[in-house]
Amino acid sequence: MAFYRSHVLVSVDPECVKRGAHQIIDALNDELVAQGLIDEIQVLETSRIGDPVLFGPDMIVYPEGVHYACLSPDDIPYLVEEHFLKGRIVEKFRAQEKKVVDEELGAPKAKEVRVVLRNCGVIDPNNIEDYIAEDGYMALAKVLSEMTPEQVIDEVTRSGLRGRGGAGFLTGRKWQFCRNSQADMKYVVCNADEGDPGAFMNRRVLESDPHSVIEGMIIAAYAIGARQGYIYCRAEYPLAVKTLNIAIKQAREFGFLGENILGTGFSFDLEVRQGAGAFVCGEETALMASIEGRRGEPRPRPPFPAVSGLWGKPTNINNVETYANVPQIILRGADWFASMGTEKSKGTKTFALAGDVKHTGLIEVPLGITLREIVYDVGGGIKDDKGFKAIQTGGPMGGCLPAEFLDLPVDYESLTQAGSIMGSGGMVVMDEETCMVDIARFFMEFTQEESCGKCTPCRIGTRRLLEILTRICEGKGEDGDIERLEELCEQIRTASLCGLGQGAPNPVASTLKYFRHEYEAHIYEKRCPAKVCRALIAYEIVPEACTGCTVCARNCPVNAITGERRQPHKIDPDICVRCGICMQVCNFNAIVVN
Amino acid sequence: MTNEQPHGKNILEIVKHVVEVHGKTREELIPILQDINKEYGYIPSQGLEEVARLLQIPKSQVFSVATFYHMLNVKEMGRHIILFCESAPCHVVGGREVWRRLKQELKIDAGETTPDKKWSLVTVSCLGVCGVGPVIVIDEDLYGNVTPEMIPDILARYN
Repeated sequence: MAFYRSHVLVSVDPECVKRGAHQIIDALNDELVAQGLIDEIQVLETSRIGDPVLFGPDMIVYPEGVHYACLSPDDIPYLVEEHFLKGRIVEKFRAQEKKVVDEELGAPKAKEVRVVLRNCGVIDPNNIEDYIAEDGYMALAKVLSEMTPEQVIDEVTRSGLRGRGGAGFLTGRKWQFCRNSQADMKYVVCNADEGDPGAFMNRRVLESDPHSVIEGMIIAAYAIGARQGYIYCRAEYPLAVKTLNIAIKQAREFGFLGENILGTGFSFDLEVRQGAGAFVCGEETALMASIEGRRGEPRPRPPFPAVSGLWGKPTNINNVETYANVPQIILRGADWFASMGTEKSKGTKTFALAGDVKHTGLIEVPLGITLREIVYDVGGGIKDDKGFKAIQTGGPMGGCLPAEFLDLPVDYESLTQAGSIMGSGGMVVMDEETCMVDIARFFMEFTQEESCGKCTPCRIGTRRLLEILTRICEGKGEDGDIERLEELCEQIRTASLCGLGQGAPNPVASTLKYFRHEYEAHIYEKRCPAKVCRALIAYEIVPEACTGCTVCARNCPVNAITGERRQPHKIDPDICVRCGICMQVCNFNAIVVN
Repeated sequence: MTNEQPHGKNILEIVKHVVEVHGKTREELIPILQDINKEYGYIPSQGLEEVARLLQIPKSQVFSVATFYHMLNVKEMGRHIILFCESAPCHVVGGREVWRRLKQELKIDAGETTPDKKWSLVTVSCLGVCGVGPVIVIDEDLYGNVTPEMIPDILARYN
């Protein structure tokens, strides 16, 4: 066997070949012969090195590991002479790694642990081989060849994994219920109808690591005995749908889906179903109605889907993140998973951090971490170093927690006890300039709009809540409104059919509990402490700061501003519609809100 | 989502083709309606009736499904559809001002179409791109970190 001091690996990826990879190889060999180096340097063909569109044709030189990119045959003589004869790396041909700024998912910050998001941004989601290289489908192989369905369920149960859609039911137990149901057909469904405003963790997993979800679903299907599965993905996520379809096709080609998976006799196939814009379809019974082609309206439970689900057959429904955790649990063991988190809430949880925090985006942290650690250590604190006012967890059915709760551990029980919920993982941080009555009104607008209308407490109750809140924000609040709100909240919570209605009052109830003084200021003093509610504020010009440049007067849509040129201007409060344009256009910060 | 000439196309032909692709079963109803909506810009009543006839489902049920989902339109839409994210993360980072400016520029309210049929203004719930809020989507172009001042420039890109 010949020994070489150096190896040159040239990418012969189809894109690189198209761009002349073979001419590069020929030129290299010719030049190495010409320089008398052909016995010392070996030229080899390899598959893709970097992104061929950015770098092709490219090559990598070992042992140095230097990546040369965007080469042409004319470059080769100089490159060979410099690098192989004189031993100098040619900087100008080196691949310039493009600095990709991922606004959603940065490098893991202190206190983060990436399990579900581990492959996001690391592997190519459209290439199943990338996933396989990261131990992908190893868990499936292990399950199918070494474990009985009971052992799989036992492992998942022991791990303590709970439903990541928000309800937090023990996943292993759910699977057991479905396994126990006798039927000729069973289904596995993935709830990818991530509708909570501000939550986009599932989208990212589907777009960046779809196979982890698919693998988790196949394992679940094996455990409960299902033959067919559906991924119900919301229509607002077109890229996720596309990525999933590519992933499913590749998984079929590799024998992970379809008949006789990995030659074990187990068969299972998957289909993507697209939503059509209805928030309530994230509720499992509504979701199933939508897959069946009906209006997405929830129905009472029991019977639970594990007994009677899609087309009346036993059905297991889990969320994207729940399934994505499963392959890791099988591979690394229940004990590993259970070593993270608190006594009752195990593992990690992904959150979408949004609002007035410095680093917005996706994070994944071990359960049991405190809100303070999330806001200040992971999120970097409040934007512009303003004060923290509240954090809203759990999406529109969650609650707003004030600063007293910053040291609350994030787990299912603690959040519920504090008057919020875990939810699917949206977290909106609000600074001191946020009006909590306005926020509550805002969430009610959402739930009122999204209420499917089937049951009365939710349909009419959310409407009434919204009307009262709107009145308060408009400065027409009356004595007794707070009590009316509280009564309505209680009635909607106890009498609604599904999670949407039961959770709908949470934003109102929690702000009433923790920010009651703001409601009182709106109602009794006709004052919005955060200076947000338009009816309760007035724009005024500070005469000392006003230069009389007339910009505000010219931009005012209702001509409420008057004044002589170079003289301080005035705003007529009776004409002013409080649009705030004057404040935006003023170059001298002469306009203030009172 | 755009549709240059909705009436240059024959709705009955579109329905026939879409139903053939998906098959005449109830569970395909929503995908069928989605494809018609995409092809034609909206689903006219003639289209709803044809779907009901081909799938042998009562017309009332087809109509009830089509009106339940936000993304299915039974009314004619403008050439360009502006989706405005009205969810909390965008709201707290200045979405309210962007919304006011949009309404002011187009002189229409949520769910309305301009008289010249150029613009439809639609509010949607979270589009899942909260990292760059406030967010608007025009046809298939997404704009993040939008400020009120950017609105006229953005609108001017479409004709």
